[in-house]
Amino acid sequence: MLKQIEGSRAVAAAVALCRPEVICAYPISPQTHIVEALGEAVKAGGLPHCEFINVESEFAAMSVAIGASAAGARAYTATASQGLLFMAEAVYNASGLGLPIVMTVANRAIGAPINIWNDHTDAMSQRDCGWIQLFAETNQEALDLHIQAFRLGEELSLPVMVCMDGFILTHAYERVDLPTQAQVDAWLPPFEPRQVLDPAEPVSIGAMVGPEAFMEVRYLAHAKQMRALELIPGWAEEFRRAFGRDTGGLTHTYRTEDAEVIVVALGSVLGTIKDTVDAMREGGTKIGVLGITCFRPWPSAAVRAALAGARRVVVLEKSLAVGLGGIVSSSVRISYPGSPAAVHTVIAGLGGRAITREALARVFAEAFAGTLPPLTFLDLDRALVERALAREREQRRSGPIAENILRDLGTVASRAG
Amino acid sequence: MFQVRIHGRGGQGVVTAAELLSIAAFREGRHAQAFPSFGSERTGAPVVAYCRIDDREIRLREPILQPDALIIQDPTLLHQVDVFGGLAPNGYILINTTRTFEALGLGEFMRGFHAEHLCTVNATGLALKHVGRPVPNAALLGGFAAVTGRISLASVVAAIRDKFRGQIAEANVAAASEAFEFVTRETRARSHAETD
Amino acid sequence: MPFQSVKFYQTGTFTVGNRLLAPQERSVQSNMRRTNSLNSGHRACQGCGEALGARYAIDAAMDATGNRLIAANATGCLEVFSTPYPETSWQIPWIHSLFGNAAAVATGIAAALRVKGRSDTRVIAQGGDGGTTDIGFGCLSGMFERNDDVLYVCYDNEAYMNTGVQRSSATPPAARTATTAAVGPEPGNVFGQGKDLPRIAMAHGIPYVATATVAELRDLEAKVCRAMEIRGARYIHVFVPCPLGWGHASEDTIRISRLAKETGLFPVFEAEHGEVTSVSKIRRKLPVEDYLRPQRRYAHLFGTPPRTEVVARIQAIADRNVKRYGLVDE
Repeated sequence: MLKQIEGSRAVAAAVALCRPEVICAYPISPQTHIVEALGEAVKAGGLPHCEFINVESEFAAMSVAIGASAAGARAYTATASQGLLFMAEAVYNASGLGLPIVMTVANRAIGAPINIWNDHTDAMSQRDCGWIQLFAETNQEALDLHIQAFRLGEELSLPVMVCMDGFILTHAYERVDLPTQAQVDAWLPPFEPRQVLDPAEPVSIGAMVGPEAFMEVRYLAHAKQMRALELIPGWAEEFRRAFGRDTGGLTHTYRTEDAEVIVVALGSVLGTIKDTVDAMREGGTKIGVLGITCFRPWPSAAVRAALAGARRVVVLEKSLAVGLGGIVSSSVRISYPGSPAAVHTVIAGLGGRAITREALARVFAEAFAGTLPPLTFLDLDRALVERALAREREQRRSGPIAENILRDLGTVASRAG
Repeated sequence: MFQVRIHGRGGQGVVTAAELLSIAAFREGRHAQAFPSFGSERTGAPVVAYCRIDDREIRLREPILQPDALIIQDPTLLHQVDVFGGLAPNGYILINTTRTFEALGLGEFMRGFHAEHLCTVNATGLALKHVGRPVPNAALLGGFAAVTGRISLASVVAAIRDKFRGQIAEANVAAASEAFEFVTRETRARSHAETD
Repeated sequence: MPFQSVKFYQTGTFTVGNRLLAPQERSVQSNMRRTNSLNSGHRACQGCGEALGARYAIDAAMDATGNRLIAANATGCLEVFSTPYPETSWQIPWIHSLFGNAAAVATGIAAALRVKGRSDTRVIAQGGDGGTTDIGFGCLSGMFERNDDVLYVCYDNEAYMNTGVQRSSATPPAARTATTAAVGPEPGNVFGQGKDLPRIAMAHGIPYVATATVAELRDLEAKVCRAMEIRGARYIHVFVPCPLGWGHASEDTIRISRLAKETGLFPVFEAEHGEVTSVSKIRRKLPVEDYLRPQRRYAHLFGTPPRTEVVARIQAIADRNVKRYGLVDE
């Protein structure tokens, strides 16, 4: 059924259709509307076989999900930003134990300085935690990915993180096609755990493993993710047949057939990139887009195939590996069949900085002209940075960085968008 | 694509206005995307919300930099925030005020726009009259339907009933409907004055 | 001469033979059908108070629940010595997740059981004092506050033993640990710090809080059984000496436990909904010195010159407990 609703509400509706059994909630922007909607649904009796637990921290949220999943319940939680970092230890634990928890990450920047707006730093900080990481381009895809995530996670006995851009998607009202309960039931079988805490068949879960076997246990986690790479395309196809939508999968290409430059990105910015690419195509520029839906496991073969014909690759990423540059582009470089030097990193949209068609068209044109540096910061106020550096050179006690920058800029309130 | 930017203050239902507009467009079978300016602003702080309407899927995620229409929920913002930024000469402007453009000090500025695309309406007054609270958003959407003709009053009314329930829905419907009639009369009078 | 009724048990301080006891007084451990939930062959040190306490607590809980029990375990000695891969001493469904989240994991298990209509299966969370009073305190307090249907058992050996005897917020004043060295003018742990977790648990208003020692194991069993009759959040704080960390002979674990109680340093009581409901009286009150002397962690108090003023401050703590809980009949 087509509905015009907020992204968070759409995701909550999708999660509810998946018949979750334990939901743990701790508030953090911009994820809160999702668990609020689910809490309301449970309280109103809409999910009779579900426990909604208001916990005291994100660390507890993931820990409660771990206990619930180990006892055989379908467990779900949602978080963002600092919350994801606060639960990080339990995030690794969930995947180490092989518990198929599904978690929404409403992507948001990490402080300091504190910032509630969107970028991908939170999810990227957990890229090696052993979870499957899926990135949604639209609210429709966010909705669909959650339904796929439960199936994917439970078949592989691995937790799945569905990443959607905070505010840009979570707070956007747009059209979504909400499937029926019967459709979801037909697609998603009941959770049959590989391991369960059951007095009838006692097992010890989470025992200590020494050097004699730790490598093997970790290898199995890797092997499972590699298996996911093989299975995900088939499941996406199955989903398309069942729901009529080409969402999920490993990657999506757009106008890449004859493209000389291909732009690689994750999440909602792909829409703005596609509009920019359409405009450039009208002017005869041969440019295309590769969207990464599945970031972990890294779909190396699919990326390699998609980029094979490109002369240059521009990786636009909403996170910064401080001291290195790009995280996504580091992965792209190992998968790009051409010279690694032809892969450019463009860091964009940090902390909610708007990514505009105008700015994108400018860097894409530079890529064609061969003038795009290996690492670029989109719309960086270079003069502001230079003045800050000068202040630090001039005086030892130069003061708090964020406050100085804002005073220099002359703004007191946050200027977003 | 038709792009609307709504300026107001926290507590005036700015974000809700954008959402209602998107629901109204959706009910007409169109694609619509509403989103706020994502602040952690509290009551009274300047707030911006956006709504895009199109006949095909909307992929664009940048903030609306070149709006086709502006709804200004709070006239005290006129001289604080660059509310008119990026507005095309044929763009629409709807301001919630009891005063005229001249009295607001905008007479000269407004001569750059199409007269029949501009209107003021006492939306707060209508909200107080019908809803009992100074929340001008629904009334402004009624006025928006009238001044732009981009959306029908029936769709605005349906969107209000979709998002609100019972008495609150009906009170907002009444405010929107009266604003629609007022703006329809005003713009008709204005365009007559211009042709005369 | 004052009269005091004495309750006899099969184990612990007031031991008598089975045949002298009514069946309900007999220890779970004396029963041929005991479950050996924490089975023999684990790697705990000789005289480990925690292993002893856990064995009695879990078997009693199994007995009380008709063997329908799931345990969540915090990281720590109990976890490490019981489950070296690929062996496990646990004969019950058991999960170890992290150091600081045992209470929350237990909450999740309880929620799953409830939603699956299997509330007859009960949940225990357990951890040492570090996992309970320090790193796991947030999750524990959350579990208490929500009144989740979990019995949390803390085995308190008053320091981080698994990592080599470092101070925790349960380490008593003057005790030497690896991070409160017995050097300088104020050797050992400082006075005026630390958490009284049973009282903090009581402040949450949860249905049941109790303390126990491994000197009175039948009392521990009875308290576990009592806890299992109740739904909601429950907390049992068990005093478990650590021969290695405290520096006492491994055969003295029970004796040290008894002395902790008989000096008044460790009050043994029960509380329901925040109110103390019963107290284990001290039979013959002993000076704290009797308790401190056999332990090397307090050796610096008895050197030359002896730190009598420090011993006096510890005695004051014991006296305060005696008064607060009415541990001695007038």
